[in-house]
Amino acid sequence: MTLTAPDGLAPAERAQRILGQDLTEKSLRLHLEGLSGVDAVGLEQRAATLGTRSIKTTSKAWALDRIIELIDLTTLEGSDTPGKVRSLAAKAVAPDPSDPTAPRVAAVCVYGDMVPYAVEALGAAHRPEGGVSVAAVATAFPSGRASLDVKLADTREAVAAGADEIDMVIDRGAFLAGRYGLVFDQIVAVKEACRRADGGYAHLKVILETGELATYDNVRRASWLAILAGGDFIKTSTGKINPAATLPTTLLMLEVVRDWHRLTGERIGVKPAGGIRASKDAIKYLVTVAETVGEEWLVPHLFRFGASSLLNDVLLQRQKLRTGAYSGPDYVTVD
Amino acid sequence: MTRLSVPKTYKLFIGGKFPRSESGRTVEVRSADGSFLANASLASRKDARDAVVAARAATAGWAGTTAYNRGQVLYRVAELLEGRREQFAAEIAASEGVSREAAEAQVDAAVDAWVWYAGWCDKYAQVAGNANPVAGPYFNISVPEPTGVVAVLAPQDSSLLGLVSVLAPALVAGNTVVLVASSRHPLSAISLAEVLATSDVPAGVVNVLTGRATEIGPWLAAHADVNAIDLAGAEGADWVDLEIAAAQTLKRVLQPQDGVPALSLERVVAFTETKTVWHTKSTA
Repeated sequence: MTLTAPDGLAPAERAQRILGQDLTEKSLRLHLEGLSGVDAVGLEQRAATLGTRSIKTTSKAWALDRIIELIDLTTLEGSDTPGKVRSLAAKAVAPDPSDPTAPRVAAVCVYGDMVPYAVEALGAAHRPEGGVSVAAVATAFPSGRASLDVKLADTREAVAAGADEIDMVIDRGAFLAGRYGLVFDQIVAVKEACRRADGGYAHLKVILETGELATYDNVRRASWLAILAGGDFIKTSTGKINPAATLPTTLLMLEVVRDWHRLTGERIGVKPAGGIRASKDAIKYLVTVAETVGEEWLVPHLFRFGASSLLNDVLLQRQKLRTGAYSGPDYVTVD
Repeated sequence: MTRLSVPKTYKLFIGGKFPRSESGRTVEVRSADGSFLANASLASRKDARDAVVAARAATAGWAGTTAYNRGQVLYRVAELLEGRREQFAAEIAASEGVSREAAEAQVDAAVDAWVWYAGWCDKYAQVAGNANPVAGPYFNISVPEPTGVVAVLAPQDSSLLGLVSVLAPALVAGNTVVLVASSRHPLSAISLAEVLATSDVPAGVVNVLTGRATEIGPWLAAHADVNAIDLAGAEGADWVDLEIAAAQTLKRVLQPQDGVPALSLERVVAFTETKTVWHTKSTA
């Protein structure tokens, strides 16, 4: 492939609305590079301030339950087995077997080839609305280093197996090389591959892998790019790279989502993933969401946590609130 | 030229680090005659929670060391205590208001107690364990294993000897400890923490909280991730209530007794669980 990308871009409806009917690499570049720069110090200061809010008693109890409802319970290991996916699904449906009031998580997130096992294990609890969804990572996760055909096949396979949500990774190499059009076209193509046999679409979450984008300016550009190309969610990280989700980065992405909502009235979801292990940290994210885009974003189709160990910590906190005594790791599952 | 003294402001000892109390509270430590000695942190329930997390993280490593190695590590602590003899004696004399001779005698007794317990590390299993006779071609062996995280309320009156008499036996088997220092005489516990931080004892094996046993005790007694509690210093607290709280999660409990606990193997074995294994005998 040569460096001179084809001039015309895939016709994505959102981008056409904002950038005009004739989408070109140039118009996209002008838009993305015309975005104002990010005040890094101000952003980090704002995130730090939001993180100091003290959430106690009934608010904390509400927050803990809401965190559970927003979790994408995740296992993305090379060593994943059908049995591990089944136990993950069981935990998603009944996070705390000692307490039936504990809500269900939003979704289980697995590799594409594990989707059939997740769907089977969830059984009647598997519902895109009001139940537990199945999310699959696709497009050569986590590196995204494969040809477009492979990425699309990966996506179609997961959707055909019953995945309700697809977590795709963008081609960070192309993005950092300035080939925004290539990244854009790939997202549009993957979005099309998310089409189900019944004509509906699996939800598309676009992973920016902010830890590899190096600057806040790039995170802002990539967020705009992903939304313009048709992403339903923008997600911080794969969880395989350090740093993964951070509060300033998530705040920045929420600001893009807020700006998009003001511009078009459309609501885009945000999913911080990786590195959020403590309830206390998760509550900081809830505060940030509520203060940036509003409380109506604290619902599973607009905000998610990509996490695995976070759930156990939330359950320990719930047990502490319920019994009045500190609980311990013997009282939650070993994952 | 006159010189201003530099009184210390002490912090807690959790997971090998010296953090301030999460609550930000401090308390003045005063001598027997009421004069100011130092500021110490006043630990809250959240410090106790953090200490239990640190202690839990350290259990596998400490219990996994060989008994011989554990004995060496504890013996090294006694060596360091001996090296700080003057400092400990001065703190005891000031805090308890006893004579210099009595303070030095207490330090000596504490070092001796530490050495005595260090020696038990690779010996207590021979005494507390057993080869059981069974009607079959099997070895049947019972061995004591550490119970896990032990919360210790240190005796209130004897600052160093009382402390060592409850701390050392809990460490022998490989347990990790969350220690609540004497409310009246916390200086020895703080200095001991400084000794432990520079010894070979791994981070998190001993965690020292200064504060009120009446405040922190109930949280540790009810904590589901604490496996045993020594109520030696619970005199003021209603220790029966603590024992009831501890029973909710089936903790091992040592009830308080008058004075400084005497050296005893029972204190070591109190914080162990018995594991019994069967093994075939060779028929050859």
